[in-house]
Amino acid sequence: MLQFSFWDILSNLLIATQWTIVLSLIAFFCGGIVGLVLLFMRTSRIAPLEWFTKIYIEFFQGTPLLMQLFLFFFGIALFGVEVSPWMAATLALTFWTSAFLTEIWRGCVEAIPKGQWEASSSLALSYIEQMRYVILPQASRIAVAPTVGFSVQVIKGTALASIIGFVELTKAGTMLNNATFRPFLVYSLVALIYFCLCFPLSWWAKKIEGRLNVAR
Amino acid sequence: MSLVSIRDVRKSFGPNEVLKGVSLDIAKGDAVAIIGRSGSGKSTLLRCINGLETYQSGSIVADGIEVAGANTNLRELRRHVGMVFQQFNLFPHLTAAENVMLAPTVVNKVSKAEARATAAEVLAKVGLSEKMDAYPSELSGGQQQRVAIARSLAMRPKVLLCDEITSALDPELVNEVLRVVEQLAREGMTLILVTHEMRFARDVGTKLVFMHHGKVHEEGAPKEVFAAPRTPELQQFVGQVG
Ligand SMILES: Nc1ncnc2c1ncn2[C@@H]1O[C@H](COP(=O)(O)OP(=O)(O)OP(=O)(O)O)[C@@H](O)[C@H]1O
Ligand SMILES: [Mg+2]
Repeated sequence: MLQFSFWDILSNLLIATQWTIVLSLIAFFCGGIVGLVLLFMRTSRIAPLEWFTKIYIEFFQGTPLLMQLFLFFFGIALFGVEVSPWMAATLALTFWTSAFLTEIWRGCVEAIPKGQWEASSSLALSYIEQMRYVILPQASRIAVAPTVGFSVQVIKGTALASIIGFVELTKAGTMLNNATFRPFLVYSLVALIYFCLCFPLSWWAKKIEGRLNVAR
Repeated sequence: MSLVSIRDVRKSFGPNEVLKGVSLDIAKGDAVAIIGRSGSGKSTLLRCINGLETYQSGSIVADGIEVAGANTNLRELRRHVGMVFQQFNLFPHLTAAENVMLAPTVVNKVSKAEARATAAEVLAKVGLSEKMDAYPSELSGGQQQRVAIARSLAMRPKVLLCDEITSALDPELVNEVLRVVEQLAREGMTLILVTHEMRFARDVGTKLVFMHHGKVHEEGAPKEVFAAPRTPELQQFVGQVG
């Protein structure tokens, strides 16, 4: 039987951590883009667009992420399309992230005083121009802290991709545990690595939030 | 022909009828002062003129455009109808000059350089040449309101709507804003002003409109109307505000 030293375990976990980071970045980046499009739809005051985004958000916020992963992994396969765990995880996490980001950002947009909309309307700006030049530059300042805060949830969310067989940090931990039978050591290391990824982000989010509060 | 023509406009918020058949004609070069008690519908009327509020019946034609028409291009209307608000509503993330340049560059697709020249011109007009690069938070209320006026002027509006633009100001800052408006009136800018400054309404206005319970209760030449109000409501109102 293969022998695993502490360093073997750690280095294997760190290699898998790369995939956790890559998956998080892609989910966050793509989720951000989809979220921005949804944000425009959600605040457009065009009824069908608002309804679509409301239902979309309710669905992705109101069902477990794990179930969404299963739907993408097994559901798409029903249509005869082969889906890799990688693809399913990316899609599910992107949509899930976008739903939460849209809601976070909508709150920030709604925090901008109505007078800003009325003044820019009166200057003949269209809705897209108002968002682009007047509302988002102000809303994005207050959005930074909660957005960074949410990125922690995305990182933790990627752990669920292990269940459909995507080899990231959690999956690697499970595999190493099966090979070494040292669950306490392995999972302690896994937890420690997650903590090292998440803590700086939540610390940073708290710091920006504090700074904004002082500025008011 | 009138520049703004308001015909029997009715507007309700839910069950509350706020405008009960308002008719008003405003000619080019008029400076119309609208006065009246709180809640009489002055702001609502003004906001209907540039489409910030919709109305249920009647018609408003501004610069040849039917405001609530089925195919009305509100953007086109608002390019020619400016509005200044009680709370200034400057864009806090932009400097005075950038506030003024935004609509010309974004809506009229004017070049940055040309827009900056226009900004310099209109900010000079309101006496703020030195404050081009100041942010709103660095300006006094009176200065902010003058930037807001300049921001509207940069679009070369045919009509300027002003809703109690001195009401949020400290008393010592009111005059600097009124002087700017007076100057505009003298230059022939068409103005529709909701105001509580009776003296200003009398001295600068070319026409006075007294609104009461959602209707134009009395209108006429300001000096005559103030000297001899016909209705008891206006007599009482003038008596109260002095
Ligand atoms: N968005 C709104 N929703 C519901 N009711 C409104 C709304 N805006 C105004 N009203 C009501 O319409 C009536 C007229 O309001 P408006 O603001 O036009 O009055 P005003 O003459 O401008 O008063 P003020 O001198 O206090 O500014 C008031 O009874 C007000 O409560
Ligand atoms: Mg009002």
